[in-house]
Amino acid sequence: MTNAAVPVLGVSGLRKEFGDLVAVNDVSFVVPQAGSLAIVGESGSGKTTIARMIVGLERPTAGEINACGRDRSRPARSASERRKRGSEVQIVFQDPYTSLDPRQTTHGTIDEVLRLHHGWEPARRAERIAELTGLVGLDERQARALPRNLSGGQRQRVAIARALAAEPRVLILDESVAALDVSIQAQVLNLLADIRDSTGVSFVLISHDLAVVRQLTDDVIVLHRGVVVERGRTASVLDEPQHDYTRRLRASVPRPGWKPRRGVLLAADKES
Amino acid sequence: MSSGSAGGSVSAVTALSADRAGSGAPLLDVDALTVHLQVEGVERAVLSDVSLTVSPGEALGLVGESGSGKSMTARAIDRLLPRGARVSGQIRFDGADVQALSSAGLRDYRNKVAMIFQDPRAHVNPVRRIGDFMTEALRTNLGVAPGEATQRAADMLAQVGIEDGRRRLRQYPHELSGGMLQRVMIAAALLTEPRLLLADEPTTALDVTTQAEVMAILDDLRRDLGLAMIFITHDLELAAAICDRTAVMYAGQIVEVRESALMHDDPLHPYSAALAAARPDIAQTAHRLAAIPGRPLSAFEAPEDECAFAPRCPHAADVCRAARPELISLAGGLSRCARAVELRGALRTQPAGAG
Repeated sequence: MTNAAVPVLGVSGLRKEFGDLVAVNDVSFVVPQAGSLAIVGESGSGKTTIARMIVGLERPTAGEINACGRDRSRPARSASERRKRGSEVQIVFQDPYTSLDPRQTTHGTIDEVLRLHHGWEPARRAERIAELTGLVGLDERQARALPRNLSGGQRQRVAIARALAAEPRVLILDESVAALDVSIQAQVLNLLADIRDSTGVSFVLISHDLAVVRQLTDDVIVLHRGVVVERGRTASVLDEPQHDYTRRLRASVPRPGWKPRRGVLLAADKES
Repeated sequence: MSSGSAGGSVSAVTALSADRAGSGAPLLDVDALTVHLQVEGVERAVLSDVSLTVSPGEALGLVGESGSGKSMTARAIDRLLPRGARVSGQIRFDGADVQALSSAGLRDYRNKVAMIFQDPRAHVNPVRRIGDFMTEALRTNLGVAPGEATQRAADMLAQVGIEDGRRRLRQYPHELSGGMLQRVMIAAALLTEPRLLLADEPTTALDVTTQAEVMAILDDLRRDLGLAMIFITHDLELAAAICDRTAVMYAGQIVEVRESALMHDDPLHPYSAALAAARPDIAQTAHRLAAIPGRPLSAFEAPEDECAFAPRCPHAADVCRAARPELISLAGGLSRCARAVELRGALRTQPAGAG
C-alpha cells in the first residue's frame, strides 16, 4: 500500500448519451493502486455503461478515462495498443454462463491470454496456468473441463483467472458475484480479497448489493440516473448516508428485523 | 422411498402447525413428497421426503440455494411438474388429494392456488394486452362477463398501487417496467380470489427499492385478504421479513422449520446457521466471510445413507454419516440434524468455516 495515493484509474467528466438519453452525466472518480471503489446503483443508473466505457466497449460522448497514466477515452489505434490496454484493465462479467467460450477448456481459455499478452513459451505458460487455477481454487479436472461441465461458481473462477492472466492493474467486477448462490458468493468474495492482498490489483466493483459493497470496497460512489449523488468511504456512506436516494437504498436492504414498507418509492421515481 | 422416516416427520410437522393455528385442519398438507424426474433418460431424485403444512392465512418461507428443490416443491404443489415425473407421497389441499384431481378439478384448484414467478416477462404472452391475460381466468373459468372482469382487474391494479388501471389494461407487457409488470402479475394472481399464493422468487429480478415496495404490497394484500402464502427465496432475511415460519431446504429435503423471528439467532440446523453467516453484512466488513466449503448439492447428488449436508458441515461426526437423519421436533421447530440437541446455541456463535 506504499503507492496508495497514486491513481491507477482516473475518470473525469465522463458522459454518455444514447440518442436523447443521458446515461452517464459528468461522472468523475479515481481508484488508487490496491484500492477498491464501488459503483452502486440500480437498473438504468449508468453503472454498467461506465464499466463498458472503461474497457472500451462503448465510446464516451465526453470526458476522460485514464489508466496507468495513459488516456483511453478514444478507441485503440492498433492491436498492440489494444493489448496494452488489456494488460491494464480487465473485466469480469455478471453471467458466468455467457462470458466464456463454450468450446474452450479452462486451460485453453487462460493459455490464449498468456500467449497474447506475454508471448511466453508453452512450458512457462503451463506453469502460470497451474498457478492461476490454484489461486482461484480450481482443481486439475476443472482446469481441463469445458464450461458446460463446471458449476456457476467454478465458471466465475475461470473468468477471474482469465482476467488475472493478463496481469491487469485494475479488475472491473461488473456484478460478478450477483448470480452466485450465497455459499458460493462468500467463497468468491474471499478469493477476491485474497487476490487483492497477494497481487495489489485494484478493484472497481459494480454492484447493487450494499452488503457485498461493504465487504469488498474502501470507497463508494452512488449513481442515480447517470449522476453521482453521493461519494465517500464505503463505511461512512453506508453507516450515515447523506443523500435521500442512498438512504432509500439502505432502507430497502433486507436484514434481521427488517419490514418492507409501502411508499418507499419517491413519486418522481414511479414509472410514467 | 423411506416410508418409515416419513411417518415420524409428518406427525412432528402437523403437531407444530396445530400448535400455531390453535385448532383446525391445515389448508395445505404435503406429506412425504418424493419426486423423481427423467433427465436424459436417467431417473433422478429432485425432492426427497418433503413434508410441510400451511394453515389458512399463514405465510411460510421456503429458503434454499440452487438445486435445493424449493421451486420444484412449488411446482409439485401446483401440479406443474415436467412430463415423466414420478411422484410419491401426498399433497392435500383443503382435505382433497391434489394428485387425484381431474382436469376440471385441476382448473378449479389453480384458481384457489395461484402462482407468481421470478421473471414475469417469461410468463406473459408479449402480444396480448395486459387486460386480456389478467381477465382470462375470470372470463373462461369463472364465467364473469367481460365488462365486470375488466372492472375487477382495474380495481385490483389499484390495490397493488397502480392508479391508472384502465389505461394499463390496454397496454402491452413491453410498455411496463419489470417492477410494474410484477405488480400486474400479483394483481392477476389475486383476481380469482385464491386461498393460497405460491410466490417463487417474485422479487429476485427487481431492483432493491422496487423489491421493498413489492414485498410490502404482497404482505399487505395477503393479510387483508386472509391469504395463505408460500414465499420461495434464496434470502433468509427476505423470507423472515414477511413469513411467520421459514422452512430451509437442502438437497431436496427440508432440513429446518422454524419461527422466522428465531431462525437468525437460534438456528436448529448447521446449514441454516451457515447460510446466515455466509452473507456479507451491510453494517460491518469481515476480514473473510464464513464461506461454506464445497457447493450446494442437488437431491440426486447427495449421499443417500448419511446426512446430505455432512460433506460440507463443520460439525459432522460419525453419527451424521451413520444414517440420513430424520426431522425431529426441537424448541418449537423441526431439525433434520442428528446433533441438533447438543449443537443448539453453539451454531450461531461458531459459524461454519470461520477463522
